[in-house]
Amino acid sequence: MAALLEVSKLHAAYGPTRVLHGIDFALEEGSITTVLGANGAGKTTTLRALCNMVQTSGEIRFGGVRIDGKATEDIVRLGIAHVPDGRGTFVHLTTEENLRLGAYVRRDKREVEQDFERIYGYFPRLKERRNQQAGTLSGGEQQMLAVSRALMLRPRLLLLDEPSFGLAPLIVREIFAIMRTINQSEKVSILLVEQNAAMALDLADHAYLIETGRVVLSGSADEIKQNDAVRRSYLGY
Amino acid sequence: MTPASPLTAASAAPGKSRRIALAVLLLAICALPFLVTNYHTFQLTMVLVYAIALLGLNILTGYNGQISLGHGAFYAIGAYVAAILMDKWGVPYWATVPVAGLVCLAAGFLFGLPALRLEGLYLALATFALGVSMPQLLKYKHLEYWTGGVQGIVIMKPDPPFGLPINQDQWLYYFTLAIALVMFLLGWNLLRGRVGRSLIAIRDQPIAAEAMGVNNSLYKSLAFGVSAMYTGVAGALGAIAVQFVAPDSFNIFLSITFLVGIVIGGLASIPGAIYGAIFIQFVPNIADQISKAAPWAIYGVFMIGFVYLMPVGVAGAIRIAWARIRRGSGRNGQQ
Amino acid sequence: MDAFLNQVFAGLATGGIYASVALALVMIYQATHQVNFAQGEIAMFSTYIAWTMIDAGMPYWPAFFLTIAIAFVLGVLIERVIVRPVEQAPVLSVVVVFIGLLVIFNSLAGWIYTYTIKVFPSPFPKEPLHVGDHFFSAHQLGAVGVTLVVLALLYAFFRYTPLGLAMRAAAQNPTSSRLVGIRVGWMLALGWGLAAAIGAIAGMMVAPTVYLDPNMMSGILLYAFAAALVGGIDNPGGAVLGGFMVGVLENLLGAYVIGNELKLAFALVLIVGVLVVRPSGLFGRVHVTRV
Repeated sequence: MAALLEVSKLHAAYGPTRVLHGIDFALEEGSITTVLGANGAGKTTTLRALCNMVQTSGEIRFGGVRIDGKATEDIVRLGIAHVPDGRGTFVHLTTEENLRLGAYVRRDKREVEQDFERIYGYFPRLKERRNQQAGTLSGGEQQMLAVSRALMLRPRLLLLDEPSFGLAPLIVREIFAIMRTINQSEKVSILLVEQNAAMALDLADHAYLIETGRVVLSGSADEIKQNDAVRRSYLGY
Repeated sequence: MTPASPLTAASAAPGKSRRIALAVLLLAICALPFLVTNYHTFQLTMVLVYAIALLGLNILTGYNGQISLGHGAFYAIGAYVAAILMDKWGVPYWATVPVAGLVCLAAGFLFGLPALRLEGLYLALATFALGVSMPQLLKYKHLEYWTGGVQGIVIMKPDPPFGLPINQDQWLYYFTLAIALVMFLLGWNLLRGRVGRSLIAIRDQPIAAEAMGVNNSLYKSLAFGVSAMYTGVAGALGAIAVQFVAPDSFNIFLSITFLVGIVIGGLASIPGAIYGAIFIQFVPNIADQISKAAPWAIYGVFMIGFVYLMPVGVAGAIRIAWARIRRGSGRNGQQ
Repeated sequence: MDAFLNQVFAGLATGGIYASVALALVMIYQATHQVNFAQGEIAMFSTYIAWTMIDAGMPYWPAFFLTIAIAFVLGVLIERVIVRPVEQAPVLSVVVVFIGLLVIFNSLAGWIYTYTIKVFPSPFPKEPLHVGDHFFSAHQLGAVGVTLVVLALLYAFFRYTPLGLAMRAAAQNPTSSRLVGIRVGWMLALGWGLAAAIGAIAGMMVAPTVYLDPNMMSGILLYAFAAALVGGIDNPGGAVLGGFMVGVLENLLGAYVIGNELKLAFALVLIVGVLVVRPSGLFGRVHVTRV
């Protein structure tokens, strides 16, 4: 399969603080790839760098076309949906308005309306709360909303930043199950950043391990799972 | 050669030469009224008046970061206090200046109390409202007995005392110069030490300043009071120099003129007040010849231009240029 | 009682003007947390543009709509060219730039049109209207009507159109907005354009009563500030309500209590009072600052 996303020698910095020191990775079309690492390793920064939300240098190709240096909103228009850390909810807008914004760049009005039903099918709870201010939703519901908002773009690639953060295990499992469905039935490729390595490796096909801004290990999810160092440091057995 | 030596040499030498330069400059300033016409002497007096007002605004806005768009109001209060004292009670002109200062100190402190709760933009709004509504307050009919209503008050020009062989304009110039020197020395002492550092700390890091034991509220309302006092003193001197006060000369555009002065002269800079005063005194005079509106168009363009291109103002630019020259000569001396 | 009713109504008419300008201020404040001190002067200048066209023989309504379009473009241009570079600058720099704009528009108007006052026409009939036993000025009625139509259109725009939704989103959360593909910079420019257009309408509605001169808007701007603050400076509906409240209050106080000479002082007291007692206004959100 061809690589949907190819990243080489990616550097990123917040002002004078450099976070990524030239990382390389690739993501195959239709796959779920996960980036693992400890706090502060540069996982979130990697996702932000892909959308040009931090200062970056290096090469990023999406579907063979270079996207590094493009404006965030133009990268989104190419079909990359980003579920940011902290969820990025528009707290003063209703649930439905949040979803509508997810489809902001789409021009196929009729299909957008159908997608509402599709999303509500995945997350019936959002339908119940469609006219409620999004800021009043629970953490789990806001995470569902964030994922749904991203899906409303009909993306080719979904960037997920710590979807399990701060949520009850039951809800995390529900969200992960839906991720798998979306990946399999809708052919959306997913780049998942997670601290919960065990769950991420169960879901993913490929995995990269980054430490202090460098890729230290990569391979299929199964290989990574068997790696002793990973087992000790990240899986805890 | 140690890297420190050119630096210390450079800073020691100007210490002495700067003192000499200052003395020469002061002599030149004293000689000026004998070299120019009476009208120009009057203009120079107004430069001194504006310099005091701008120093006042700079204490508040430049050093302490509290934006005032209404300092013309304090200038107006100072001017009216002087005019009313002279007009109604026959108080000698020189005695009105400290009274005007004290009245404005109180007025500034009082306005500063509610202003304590206002940050940045909101304070700008409140002071803007003060500046806009000031002329109307001065025209208020129940105050007309004192303020003279729309007509204002005409003041007599003071004669030089002790039979000094100079004319009225020259005397006013020296009188204003003496007060300006006192005000600048006071300001210099105030801003260079502990108080100045506290004011800047509150401007830049209010929370840290509070945590380090600076009483933010006290300093902020004091800054307001002192700032208004300076501007009030300037207002009194200005009224005496112009020999006339009327409500409509103290409108919002006067406040904006002061803002222009500190932005162009240089925020948080003492000499900046002087550069700014020179600018607001002379540039409109030159631009007036093009159109009545031209000075303001130029003010506007300069304000925006300085924010973009020279946020440190003239004072900052001179400082930077001076540092460059010194560094350059230091390096040459080393080689 | 008749006089009282007439005062209330006159208050509503001017209140509508304050409400419009307050709304323009709030739109810019919501998006950028900046208060546009030049809002009044841009409105005044737009009104002069309308005057020029009408003076040249153009019928009222085409001139009216053309002015709105020109004001819109002017607003967009100002944001893109002048305000944009100081978006992230300290408050003082932003305030200085806005004051600079205020001064420039004021002096431009004085330069081009001189400081002598001009008569600006009203599109409404001159004869007062009878409603029951009461007489109302047709212009005041018309101005209130125009204000209400503008408000309704704006409400519909922000509530029901994708662009309106995107503008609200961009004002609230610029980062997330970029992540759904909204061009945030253009939304801000659009906000400026709309604000300038609303201001132009307010200017054209108020000019027939106060006459047109370069300082026409300074008092009105002050009342609009007061209105925006009373209603809560981040709440468009509150600002509109605040505008009508301030208008009525101003008229009643002017007629029965303090007289007309201290009206601006009333605005000053209102502004300082609201800021000190309840900075979030009557309907605004209370903000908690994290330290």
